[in-house]
Amino acid sequence: MAARAHLLIRKGRVIDPLSGRDEVADLLVEDGRLVRIGASLDAPGAELIDAEGHWVIPGLVDACVHLSLPGSGRAGDIASETRAAAGGGITHMAAQPDCGPVDSTAVVRLIREQAGQAGFARVLPVAALTQGLEGNQLAEMATLARAGCIAVGQAGARVVDALVLKRGLEYAATFDLPVMFRPQDAALAGGGCAHDGPVATRLGLPGIPAVAESVDLARDLLLVEATGVRAHFQQISSRESLWLLREAKARGLPVTADVSIHHLLLDESAIEGFNSHCHVIPPLRGAADREALLAAVADGTIDAICSQHQPVGSSSKAAPFPASKPGISGLDSLLPLILKLVAEGALPLHRALDAVTAAPARCLGIQAGQLEAGRPASLCVLAADESRGLASHWLSAGRNSPWRNATLPGVVKLTVCQGRVSWLSD
Amino acid sequence: MTLAPPPSSRVQLTEDGKLRHFLSVEHLPRSLLEDILDTAASFVDVGGRAIKKVPLLRGKTVVNLFFESSTRTRSTFELAAKRLSADVLNLDIAKSATSKGETLLDTLRNLEAMAADMFVVRHQDSGAPFFIANEVTPRVAVINAGDGRHAHPTQAMLDMYTIRHYKGGFAGLRVAIVGDILHSRVARSQIHALNILGAEEVRLIGPRTLLPTDVEQLGVTVFTDMAQGLKDVDVVIMLRLQKERMDSALLPSEGEFFRLYGLNNEKLRHARPDAIVMHPGPINRGVEIASEVADGPRSVILNQVTFGIAVRMAVMSMTISGQESNPDHGGDHGR
Repeated sequence: MAARAHLLIRKGRVIDPLSGRDEVADLLVEDGRLVRIGASLDAPGAELIDAEGHWVIPGLVDACVHLSLPGSGRAGDIASETRAAAGGGITHMAAQPDCGPVDSTAVVRLIREQAGQAGFARVLPVAALTQGLEGNQLAEMATLARAGCIAVGQAGARVVDALVLKRGLEYAATFDLPVMFRPQDAALAGGGCAHDGPVATRLGLPGIPAVAESVDLARDLLLVEATGVRAHFQQISSRESLWLLREAKARGLPVTADVSIHHLLLDESAIEGFNSHCHVIPPLRGAADREALLAAVADGTIDAICSQHQPVGSSSKAAPFPASKPGISGLDSLLPLILKLVAEGALPLHRALDAVTAAPARCLGIQAGQLEAGRPASLCVLAADESRGLASHWLSAGRNSPWRNATLPGVVKLTVCQGRVSWLSD
Repeated sequence: MTLAPPPSSRVQLTEDGKLRHFLSVEHLPRSLLEDILDTAASFVDVGGRAIKKVPLLRGKTVVNLFFESSTRTRSTFELAAKRLSADVLNLDIAKSATSKGETLLDTLRNLEAMAADMFVVRHQDSGAPFFIANEVTPRVAVINAGDGRHAHPTQAMLDMYTIRHYKGGFAGLRVAIVGDILHSRVARSQIHALNILGAEEVRLIGPRTLLPTDVEQLGVTVFTDMAQGLKDVDVVIMLRLQKERMDSALLPSEGEFFRLYGLNNEKLRHARPDAIVMHPGPINRGVEIASEVADGPRSVILNQVTFGIAVRMAVMSMTISGQESNPDHGGDHGR
């Protein structure tokens, strides 16, 4: 593991979305802590990093990563994937409970141990809300939280029984544990694999209608209101869901939400030609949904943007579209795609960076995603205007991405995670 | 600015626009569909001869890869290949490899070793023939014999042949497709073919549970009432209704479906007096069609089967000749 960093990062454009700081400045990291941000700092003995022409931003916080543990059926392992995160400027990631599953302290310990040994990124496990994610009996949430879980959730395995869910939420609220929801009614989704719209109709692919998400979201929101639990909604994909979220936030419910970067850049037309690399759940929806999602990020209805990282082996995608495994390997492309959105004028820079730093940290209830003197340094030095082909620099073991052959802006020069250098490009 | 060609035509055509795979009717040029029909016309006689064979595919190996069983479609493809003098291998994969856990890609790699010239593919997943065409060696022609709900292009072309045979052409024609559009690969291919060939109007008739979302965008008019939908049409195409539809709450009963959408003589009166009635088969008497219509003078259902062999012969000979003219194929000529 790298030693605690002692660095003087000079003359970078320091952008901290939370405080609104955006100026050329020096940053001094001493003994792993960010001790000062200011003009012409001096630090004898510190390693000099010339960041002139580069950006210095908080380390990214990714609210949704599907971990690669043995048995998860995913490509790579915790070391390979956290290294991909570091190379992409990500310092904190919330690991979904669908590996293991995360319903025992042994699994939590294993995750933390492997992540700690690798040392590339802070992995924050989300515990299962119910045992085995089966939706019947409550998991030992308080014990799991004490073992290091930051929230509870069900990943893609929805709790069908509303009474079990209500009790689960009440129990989580007892310990002020945030609950992560990924709304999708299984019956309405009905074995579909693509957005129920004109493209799926033409390609003859079984559809997942937008109401599969919004109907479930409506139920979840009412139960959140009834139990008073803190809730975070993951990977919102449809316009109807945004109406519900807006209304819930306006009434002051303690809810936050995220969207995957892919749903902000791609719509249902991306699956033309049966492109299995664009097979994700929730499905890529219509162009109007994509527009609405961008507007919702801009106005704050959606707080955070996540990678929804799901690395799968090449044989899982080498199949006819409906038989291919859903998911996109997202860690390598998250930051470049954020810059692409900004370059295209789809999102203002500060809001776009906020959505991958301070906002997800707030959703997860963790201290991260900001450049604040006195705290362990988590930051990223970025050549924002340098473009490169992603394929030759790809780090994740999952090569399943529609962006792998793209040339995109944003080269991460240095990542510091909790005071240690986790990535340094040559 | 010219748009890049849509993926389906890019996979199916050689650089000079010849058919090398037949996966979907969508995006194919009208001239090519007319070529298929004209070529089929030249094969219709072959079935009437004492020696029912032409040597166009002599020395070629055609493999029927049926991941979903279908005796009828497989038999007509087998007959078509044999009339073209090809060697035919029937593989009923539904019962063998995949049930042992072998992936589709593994199965393909094994079959490639047999040095086949053509795969005729039926698969339960939409898009499977595209996947296969992209994955197998470029010199193997792939013909889609039905994939999921996506396409059944040879069935659609034999229906086009039938319509042209009885109506002389497509200009001014109104065609109604009735029943379970949602699950029908045949309907999707027919809609594309009719629009490309210049039919006046394609109508879909069915209850909303059996109509796919945004289906209007395929270039059709949607009706939920049989009398209105059949009014003045020249062609009525009835689709087969699977019994499972009742179990999945798409319909209450066969009886109610027949009362509302089943074709009998009374409903057929709304169509033009010279309208023909078609059905891709096998028919469910008393569910989507009454015997009085199926066996009646307007029914051309049995002729469709005859034409089907000629259309499949046409597509097989055209794709093999497209493969041979393809630059990718050049290296294999000396073998």
